[in-house]
Amino acid sequence: MGWVLEPHAKRLFSMAGLDVPRFTLTNTVEEAVQFAQEVGYPIVAKVVSPRIVHKSDRDGVAVGIDSDEEVAETFNRFRRIEGFIGMLVEEMIAGVELMVGAKIDYQFGPVILLGIGGTGVEIYRDITLRMAPLRTSDVESMVKGLKAGRILEGYRGSEPINLSELTRLLVTFSNLVMDLEEFIESIDLNPVICSSTNCVVADARIMLTDWEQRDIT
Amino acid sequence: MDFTPLFKPKTLAVIGISLHNDRHPANVIYNKNNLRFQAEVFPVNDRGGVLQGETVYSRISDIPQTVDLAVIVVRAEMAPNLMAECIQAGVGGAVVISGGFAETGRTDLQDHLVCMAREADFPFIGPNCLGIYSPPYMDTFFLPSERMVRPDRGRVALVSQSGGILVDHMTKFAEEGVGLSLAVSIGNKAQIRELDLLRYFAQDTVTDVIAFYVEGFEKSEGREFVLAAGHCPKPVIVLKTGKTPGGDRAIFSHTASIAGDYEVFSAVISQYGVVEARDEYELVSYCEALSCYNQSIEGKIGIITASGGHGALAVDTCLSHGLSVPTLSEQYQAELRKQVSPRLRAIASLSNPIDLTGSAVDDDFIAAAKFLSRRGEVDCVLILLLPYTPGITSDLAARLSLIYRQEGKPLIAYVPHVEKYRIFIEGFEFNHIPVAHSIEGAVHMAEAVRKCQPC
Repeated sequence: MGWVLEPHAKRLFSMAGLDVPRFTLTNTVEEAVQFAQEVGYPIVAKVVSPRIVHKSDRDGVAVGIDSDEEVAETFNRFRRIEGFIGMLVEEMIAGVELMVGAKIDYQFGPVILLGIGGTGVEIYRDITLRMAPLRTSDVESMVKGLKAGRILEGYRGSEPINLSELTRLLVTFSNLVMDLEEFIESIDLNPVICSSTNCVVADARIMLTDWEQRDIT
Repeated sequence: MDFTPLFKPKTLAVIGISLHNDRHPANVIYNKNNLRFQAEVFPVNDRGGVLQGETVYSRISDIPQTVDLAVIVVRAEMAPNLMAECIQAGVGGAVVISGGFAETGRTDLQDHLVCMAREADFPFIGPNCLGIYSPPYMDTFFLPSERMVRPDRGRVALVSQSGGILVDHMTKFAEEGVGLSLAVSIGNKAQIRELDLLRYFAQDTVTDVIAFYVEGFEKSEGREFVLAAGHCPKPVIVLKTGKTPGGDRAIFSHTASIAGDYEVFSAVISQYGVVEARDEYELVSYCEALSCYNQSIEGKIGIITASGGHGALAVDTCLSHGLSVPTLSEQYQAELRKQVSPRLRAIASLSNPIDLTGSAVDDDFIAAAKFLSRRGEVDCVLILLLPYTPGITSDLAARLSLIYRQEGKPLIAYVPHVEKYRIFIEGFEFNHIPVAHSIEGAVHMAEAVRKCQPC
């Protein structure tokens, strides 16, 4: 089972027109600190390792880093993680955490998932699914179909998220997934962080088709 | 491919007749068609002979007429040769009843049939199935006529991968007064599959509702099915089995772990307006409701009853099924109060549910049903008719049914289903108003009408 490392996945989505945080991939502390100062603290750091699919399970994600010293400490900690090839440093985004995903379903082909809760999605299980490619009307009904959909519309004084940006993200993503159908098994954009201005893909994982187990028909 | 010979054959050959075993499936099929159906039927057996005074043909090509449909009831190994003979003789199509193909590992035999049929553009149903029940033309089910419960002729076509489930649902249709146009058991669905039948029934003039029992689709087949269903002007209902997650493949992504096969199935079919029945009871209720109404509603339910308890139960059931029961405004209540019998004015509760009480007479029900049918606050009217209330007469159901004809707002009835109250049940049924045997069933029917639109 192969997958695409986070920085590469983000470059791909960025080229397809999705918003990603400003980031850099580095393997020196100096570069990491320099980039952090450029985008401004606080920042997020993540380990990049071809041996690790779920980074947070291996303590490979640090959020809210707010000093040069902490960048260095984190870098030194990550360097000891299995398969370390570098550290991803990126700006920290605030907003409502969502999850967007895709999988190639055996019976229906590419399907798109929208869920509340980002990294907590498996606990909330508040998701909607549609077959790709998505039409604008599909996105509307997906948002309506979420139990916690009101959070997106602004709840108790919080600003509503930009629904047209969410629609653009989902429609663009679903078209991309149609093009990648042959090559992927599933994609997690998790979390996608939405605010009143934009929707940013804060983490991305692409699981590739297992060609050995693939049913070639 | 022309399916007419499959569903409306004028001539039928049953291949595999036994000369000494009357209970042989081929003989059961031959007898029931010979005695009860319109298609002319010919027995075939490679040894020839005479059965009940009729010539048994040793080859299909010996039959002196063109054969529209061949029913093949022989050992699996013999089926390919016989199908080749059918194609050679210009038969229009076949039903292969026999088992012993892919379901027992003999995919080679099944592939042989498919290749041959594809090359000759020859439609066939099966193998490993009961085949087609298409009154008044013919019936290929190897079930003795006297054992079967036959629903009335009607507008629902049923397609099932499982023959047993199909026959069971025909029994339920008969019990609930749901009319059937055609029933097809597709078994291993080697050539003709759900999608082909969806396309056929979408065009079929005697079918208004198409219902499927599906175990699963092949690779990407579900996509084609929902896209076709999305374009079908008739309601499509699906009951799916195998809802629990299967397979033991490791799952590495959140999406794959949350979006299981059934979750995807359920979401995607409703995206394209296919109505999912979650169990067999819903399937029957949905078929009944959608064979009466093909219009979408939001699900704002008005309830009319003669018992407060029935009203309360109906409200709870509506709410738990995602339907709403809007309260009528004071002004509307006052208007309606003027229209009911004077003795009800002090005791009836008219807020929705409308409880006319046990003192209500026919005209009170008529007044309430008309009133709700003319108000935009509700888009479907549920009538909980209790035949034991003393003020109502046996005409009530038929009179209420006419309100739908006049006002056009879907009406759904509940009547306790016991023989004694049959006149009320038929008063609705014969006038094409869906009538349930339970409050929950009536709510399911309203839910079906609401679900019948893309989401």
